[in-house]
Amino acid sequence: MANAVYNQMLTWWVILRLGIEERLVYRGDFALGTLMRFLPIITQIFLWWAIFESIGDGDQSVARIGEYSYSDMVAYYLLTMLTRAFSSMPGLASGIAGQVRNGEIKKFMIQPIDMIGFLLINRIAHKLAYYSVAIGPFALVFFLCSGFFPDRPDMTTIAAFIATLLMGFVLGFFLEASIGMISFWFLEVSSLLFVYMLFSFFLSGHMFPLDMLPAGWGTIVDFLPLKYLAYFPAAVFLGKVPEDELARGLLIELGWILFFIAFSRFAFWRGLKRYSGFGG
Amino acid sequence: MSLIEIDGLEKSYRVYQKQEGLWASMKGLFGREYNEVQAVKGIDLRVEQGEFVAFLGPNGAGKTTTLKLLSGVINPTAGRATVMGHVPWKRENAYRRRFALVMGQKNQLWWDLPAQESFRLHQQIYRIPDDQFKNTMTELTELLDVKRLLKQPVRELSLGERMKMELTAALLHSPDILFLDEPTIGLDVVAQHNIQKFLKYYQEKRQITILLTSHYMKDVAALCKRVVIIAQGQIKYDGSLAGIIDQFSGYKNVTLQLGETQTPDNLDQFGTVLEVEVPRVKLRIDRNKVAHTLATILEKYTIDDMSVEDPPLEDVIAEVFSQVNDANHSGQLEDNTPKK
Repeated sequence: MANAVYNQMLTWWVILRLGIEERLVYRGDFALGTLMRFLPIITQIFLWWAIFESIGDGDQSVARIGEYSYSDMVAYYLLTMLTRAFSSMPGLASGIAGQVRNGEIKKFMIQPIDMIGFLLINRIAHKLAYYSVAIGPFALVFFLCSGFFPDRPDMTTIAAFIATLLMGFVLGFFLEASIGMISFWFLEVSSLLFVYMLFSFFLSGHMFPLDMLPAGWGTIVDFLPLKYLAYFPAAVFLGKVPEDELARGLLIELGWILFFIAFSRFAFWRGLKRYSGFGG
Repeated sequence: MSLIEIDGLEKSYRVYQKQEGLWASMKGLFGREYNEVQAVKGIDLRVEQGEFVAFLGPNGAGKTTTLKLLSGVINPTAGRATVMGHVPWKRENAYRRRFALVMGQKNQLWWDLPAQESFRLHQQIYRIPDDQFKNTMTELTELLDVKRLLKQPVRELSLGERMKMELTAALLHSPDILFLDEPTIGLDVVAQHNIQKFLKYYQEKRQITILLTSHYMKDVAALCKRVVIIAQGQIKYDGSLAGIIDQFSGYKNVTLQLGETQTPDNLDQFGTVLEVEVPRVKLRIDRNKVAHTLATILEKYTIDDMSVEDPPLEDVIAEVFSQVNDANHSGQLEDNTPKK
């Protein structure tokens, strides 16, 4: 029993190691791609500056949108960037669809290895490789922009923030894996993915803080999984989530995680059945 | 009990049928017509431990489908099969650890990493003990002469080298059964020969069971004592390679070296004249009449030399395939009635 667990851990470790190594093969592209993601920060900061300045008739420091001042907005924006570094899963769903279409998925049917587990570990590897390069620019940006942030939050808030980041990763993974599994039925999921991205852009809080939405919308968004991918962790860090709401939010997020774990497993199982029934 | 037991195995696919043109594409958005294609139509087969069996057949005959069924990638429509007591399409780990499938056109190794790294992962997935892993890897890579390439990214290997790495990966866990789907496709003659040599050596030494599909007769002739001809989803022949000629070819090719003054006249009374290049003449003669015909020829003509040969295997098999095609043509049309 202990031996089996040890072996399983070792398998995961090798997958993790290979995933990181694979990521580092194309050094130039990888480094450039990682660093380029920081460019939009500058344009966003200037954009919000212009918006707030026009609202405040030339003085952005008095302007407010909802409960957000200019520095709140920049702080929020930077925090969602950090959050999305955990929750976004570029190429996951389309990768699964590609494997179904070109038959590479057979590998996971023939070899004694679980595909979802493999993809999860591989994704962790990608993220770790990304953070190892991105940590420099992230630290620099947060240092330069530290004036926009409120005072350092207390330890509970920081712990809750870290928990929401990690849960955001898990939720993002299983949500997009679930979309990928749909390719067993439709083969091509890029349009579906596009629709998802579009909704996600607005309803996750990536575009603007969700508490700016009118009350009716707010309730709907509250129960959708998307807000946990960007808005929720940032709001936790900025102290916008009271303690009782925090517990409720974490519970709903956990519920969504369990739902998408179950859904992706079920869809994978049904999908393989369909695949082995019709295709091959 | 045989190692592989297949009874009445059938597999049919649903294939989307689209008429030509834009309008048909639009219609396809709402309702689609599917054809039922029977890839495998009732196969019975027994394979014993240690056999090296070749599946021959034209493209689309059902060879690859049969291998996919046996490796559990697809479920059958009807029939049963067990391999080492396991039902393949249940995909139990206990079974998956004991076989390997190598497809000549599919890549299982990590493209951007050296093959050695993929082998490490295989070691973990298949739970191969360290010393066994090292020994097997050294043995395989030495036999296949790819040891020096272990540290090179797979994408920088030639097709032949990559195939050798694929084979190494597949054999690391010492499977009892190996399914090979066109392992030498696209390879040059030297690489083909090397892989044949390796497979022959390895199979004889380990006494594992190998099922191979190939279009290269040389692969088959070099490796397999037993040949199964599959065409139109059915087994048309099961036996030795030489037996194919006995069963399907009613002819022998006779080459005559005529004497200096002899002219090649009236030879067509003995059989079909295939080639005349004086003084050499090639004839095709009815197998049953060979002895009698040769005696007659020797009597009437001045002959310096002669040889009697079986027709080339490729020709015989091509003939078998086309016979099967003709015979089944009407049956195939019936199977393809469109279903909504």
